[in-house]
Amino acid sequence: MSIERTEKRLGAGLAAPALLWTGAFFVLPFAAMVWMSLGHLEGRTVVPGPDLGTYARIFTDPSLYKGIRVSLEITATVTVLSVLLAWPLAWIIATRVPARWRRLALLLAVLPFWTSYVVRSYSWALVLGEKGVIMNALTGLGILAEPVQILATRAATVIGFTHFFVMLLTLTIYSNLVQLSPNYARAAEDLGASRWQVIRLVILPLTLPGVMTGAFLTFVLCIGDYITPQILGGNNELSLPQLIMLQLGRRGDYPLASGLSVVLMVMVTLAYAACARWLKMERV
Amino acid sequence: MTFRMQTLGLAAFGGLLSTTALQAAENLNALIWCDHADAALLEPFEKAHDVRVNVKEYEGTAAGLTILEQSRPGDWDVMVIDGVDVARAAEAGFLAPLPEGAIDTSGTFREVALADAMTVDGKLYGVTEKYGYNTIAYNKAAVDPEDMKSLKSLWSGKYDGKIAIYDYYMPVLGIVGLAEGVDTADLDAAALDALRDPLMKLRAASRQVSDVVGSQTALATGEVDVLVGGGEWLTAVLNAENPDLDWTIPEEGGLVWTQSIAMVEGTEKPDLAVEFIKYILSPEGQARLATSSCYWGMPANKAAGEVLTDDQKSVLRWDEQEGYLARAQLYPVPDAETDTAMQDLWTDMLQN
Repeated sequence: MSIERTEKRLGAGLAAPALLWTGAFFVLPFAAMVWMSLGHLEGRTVVPGPDLGTYARIFTDPSLYKGIRVSLEITATVTVLSVLLAWPLAWIIATRVPARWRRLALLLAVLPFWTSYVVRSYSWALVLGEKGVIMNALTGLGILAEPVQILATRAATVIGFTHFFVMLLTLTIYSNLVQLSPNYARAAEDLGASRWQVIRLVILPLTLPGVMTGAFLTFVLCIGDYITPQILGGNNELSLPQLIMLQLGRRGDYPLASGLSVVLMVMVTLAYAACARWLKMERV
Repeated sequence: MTFRMQTLGLAAFGGLLSTTALQAAENLNALIWCDHADAALLEPFEKAHDVRVNVKEYEGTAAGLTILEQSRPGDWDVMVIDGVDVARAAEAGFLAPLPEGAIDTSGTFREVALADAMTVDGKLYGVTEKYGYNTIAYNKAAVDPEDMKSLKSLWSGKYDGKIAIYDYYMPVLGIVGLAEGVDTADLDAAALDALRDPLMKLRAASRQVSDVVGSQTALATGEVDVLVGGGEWLTAVLNAENPDLDWTIPEEGGLVWTQSIAMVEGTEKPDLAVEFIKYILSPEGQARLATSSCYWGMPANKAAGEVLTDDQKSVLRWDEQEGYLARAQLYPVPDAETDTAMQDLWTDMLQN
């Protein structure tokens, strides 16, 4: 047996557990979900398909397709805001904080990760409320005459999400930044680039893998999240996960819940396709 | 890992197990609402019968029946279910009849006994264990209690932006119906058309639509002053912190909710299940259930009054039940078509 064939068999053997795992716990359940989405509900009984009625309903019922739009708008806003806030923070930690303090700075940056996700969302509800810290400060200082409603609006959902995902993006961008040789910046400066040009034309493009990896993770986690919009959004608009939960918890409409989940999966796949060329995990 | 550490680890693991599942001789699996998860309620029964009660919480009859549909016979022994849904669940084969004469319901408040709703073909399938009201809860420090005597105040504009709606379509549509002069018993698909406009106006006047915790937080923090669909079940647990949180039944009426306990079809422990039901309906069990840490509500058995303290009875408005029950209407009992129409309307309201 040739060495090449032996290596191939060894590779297949090593990959087999992961493939089996993925097949059993992703491919099969996903296939079952797609099959369920091709059925429909009559009374309390699921009538097997295949028919595309569920998908026709998703894209014609205003309450349902609005959920897709709401989720995309929230996710896009959160992703952009998180990148804009996380990049400077990661850059400061990587280049401006003395080496001996970096570990502490990173620790402080990710400290909120230590809190339960649900508790953090409820904490934001208390902070953003009319009698919360922010409104008390703004009205107390005379900046606002009356409290402004933030809680139970999309803004509250975006704030809660952004707080969480800035931490995630800071880590992916920081990992990318510390791998960059300082010689890139030095060479650019030797060639006459200003500090801003070095950042904009050299450092920023080189950190795109970290940015895109973090942005993709933010997109995936944000668009599929149910807790934050449920607690902070006040049910004033329903995102896709909230609509899915509504079908599961209240209506027992598994075909529709499955159809909405497949749509969610397609959106994540499209996001991956859009970012794929920059997703280099080895650079993060 | 050294032998000694392994031994210590195993000993600790064994000790952990001995204090939980392995310690009890038997298990009783209960599909419940959150008030039954209170250790103060379950522990006396577990100790008395040397049994561990495993609970799974659910919300909404549809979700509960879906769980049963997906379970094997014998997975569940007892379940808590909306009083008005007992017959429907029994007819669908989800519930087992209770042994004749095994359960004494003579002490149950007459208005919430719902004997007809609990009986199918002459057999009793469930017993009312707790009840309360879906009506208006409010902060009397911020709201004129006189305004709360009529549901019309909700649409008056005076409280715009200070209203929250409890996120459960059944009672809130019932309340909107009462404001429009539609009795809950007449709430069918045709009547729903008439409720769309007032429901959307109420939505426009409200700040949020929230679950139990969200509603309590909003009321407790002053985000909102009025909660449509609230009642003693929501304000009682907050009473100690803020006595200004109150509730009332307006002149148009309110909805009375009832929850029942039933034995699940296919249980392999019918005797233990009946014992659990008897315990829940005993004066002591009723008092503990009424004041559960999740939410309070009136015990269905009048005999619980002998166990509850005066303060607890005061919060529950024990002495005013006669008048309240006379003005309250039962939950709507929609057929499948009406139920779907109600949920569609509710989703529209949330999303638009």
